[in-house]
Amino acid sequence: MHRTATTWATLTLGLALAGAVAADPVEDTLVVEAEEGTVDLVTTAPAPEFLKDTVDTIYSGWHYREDETRDLQRDDFDNPGMVFVDRGLDLWNATIGTDGQSCAGCHEGPESMAGLRATTPRVDAKTGALMTVENYVDACVTDRMGLEAWGWTGSQMKDMLALISMQSRGMPVNVAIDGAAASFWEKGKELYYTRFGQLEMSCASCHEDNQGRYIRADHLSQGQVNGFPVYRLKDAGILSAQQRFVGCVRDTRAETFKPNSDEFKALELYVASRGNGLSVEGVSVRH
Amino acid sequence: MTRQLCLAAAMSVTLATPALTETAPTDVAYTEGKIETSLTATPGDPANGITVMTTAALGNCVACHTIAALPDVQFPGDIAPPLDGVADRWSEAELRGIVANAKMTFEGSFMPAFYKTEGFIRPGGGYTGKAPAGDLPPILTGQQIEDVVAYLLTLKE
Ligand code: HEC
Ligand code: HEC
Repeated sequence: MHRTATTWATLTLGLALAGAVAADPVEDTLVVEAEEGTVDLVTTAPAPEFLKDTVDTIYSGWHYREDETRDLQRDDFDNPGMVFVDRGLDLWNATIGTDGQSCAGCHEGPESMAGLRATTPRVDAKTGALMTVENYVDACVTDRMGLEAWGWTGSQMKDMLALISMQSRGMPVNVAIDGAAASFWEKGKELYYTRFGQLEMSCASCHEDNQGRYIRADHLSQGQVNGFPVYRLKDAGILSAQQRFVGCVRDTRAETFKPNSDEFKALELYVASRGNGLSVEGVSVRH
Repeated sequence: MTRQLCLAAAMSVTLATPALTETAPTDVAYTEGKIETSLTATPGDPANGITVMTTAALGNCVACHTIAALPDVQFPGDIAPPLDGVADRWSEAELRGIVANAKMTFEGSFMPAFYKTEGFIRPGGGYTGKAPAGDLPPILTGQQIEDVVAYLLTLKE
């Protein structure tokens, strides 16, 4: 009748190992048909140095999705997220500022934003603040164009985020975790391992300890953000990384943090760094 | 059972309000993970135990556990050990302890504590993402725990 803690541990370990094989991320490669030609995306990579003791290999969330969902990302004509990129381009060129300014007026083409998505969140050298793509956009919108902030979940912000992220498609995620970023990164790491809410679950509980397994019908990925923003079929819309965090934390029966809070920005930096080496996917497709 | 008691039991299930006869989550005594005495005066109902275990808004045990005796459950998770034969492995008092607060049996377990109201970091009001409006209720009532335990006790190989 009585099972000691140790016999139990060996039992579950056996189960865990057996289970891991059955539900591995699918082996597949992602080559996207785009207007400008084909784009090879790195969706599997060796884990960054600081994770080496925890996991060997990092996988984009793309590997955990069904065949049909993965296929939608192979061709920009099929990817419903591209509509938002197009809208973002219109917005980029529009003279929306109070003095008739446009993004294009200061930055020329959107390709001037190449690399930004791959290296944010990052610490701004001038202000010392941790900045996401959204923070940079809002700084221009308010300080330089004289407009009300777009906020994080509005449609203009998402269109712009989609456009800007696309400029880094195919570049490896490469966020800095040392120097001025170190203290933000440490804070994000602490949040990642904190067991929040009445269900007492951390990000690691699902995306580190149980990736590859099924929680009800959901195949748990490593919770990487290299694919963000994502086009989510369920919402028929664009979802940013921190919006995803809101959903995940809510699912632990916790009081969530808000997008653009110091907590979620630090967490985004930490989670992004776990994906250093994976390609930015521009706008990915998830169910 | 008296008529009054039956009524009270029915109400505690439908309204999910703890009956007066329930031991409060904060008063539960664990001995090495076990809870020896029933949390309520009413014997557990295994049929309702199944409902609690398979309903997402209640126990949602099947999010993590498979149960061969319930083949109609769609997409059970595979995070945790299958519950088949669980009554051969654990006594009633042990099962009550595991369901109420598995962390008393398995240190640091991923399994949520279903009869606990304190000691959380940023608990929310259910799945609203907001802070709870008043006192945080346990995820399951004492009677629901007893119902689940009654069903688990039927799971013999
Ligand atoms: C209760 C389990 C659970 C917890 C806890 C959890 N998540 Fe998730 N998360 C999921 C599920 C289920 C999905 C959807 C399937 C998938 O991609 O893993 C998901 C998806 C994600 C994704 C999208 C990945 C992609 O490529 O589409 C990210 C990013 C993510 N989670 C980050 C986090 C972070 C950060 C935390 C902690 C703040 C967290 N999650 C906590 C269950 C959880
Ligand atoms: C989020 C995941 C999760 C949920 C939900 C969950 N459990 Fe568990 N359960 C576990 C894990 C993991 C274990 C293994 C013990 C450990 O390693 O912590 C476990 C162990 C058990 C055991 C001992 C199993 C054995 O074979 O010896 C029982 C009994 C049990 N759970 C019952 C339940 C019941 C009943 C519910 C719902 C009311 C439930 N669980 C919900 C994760 C979960």
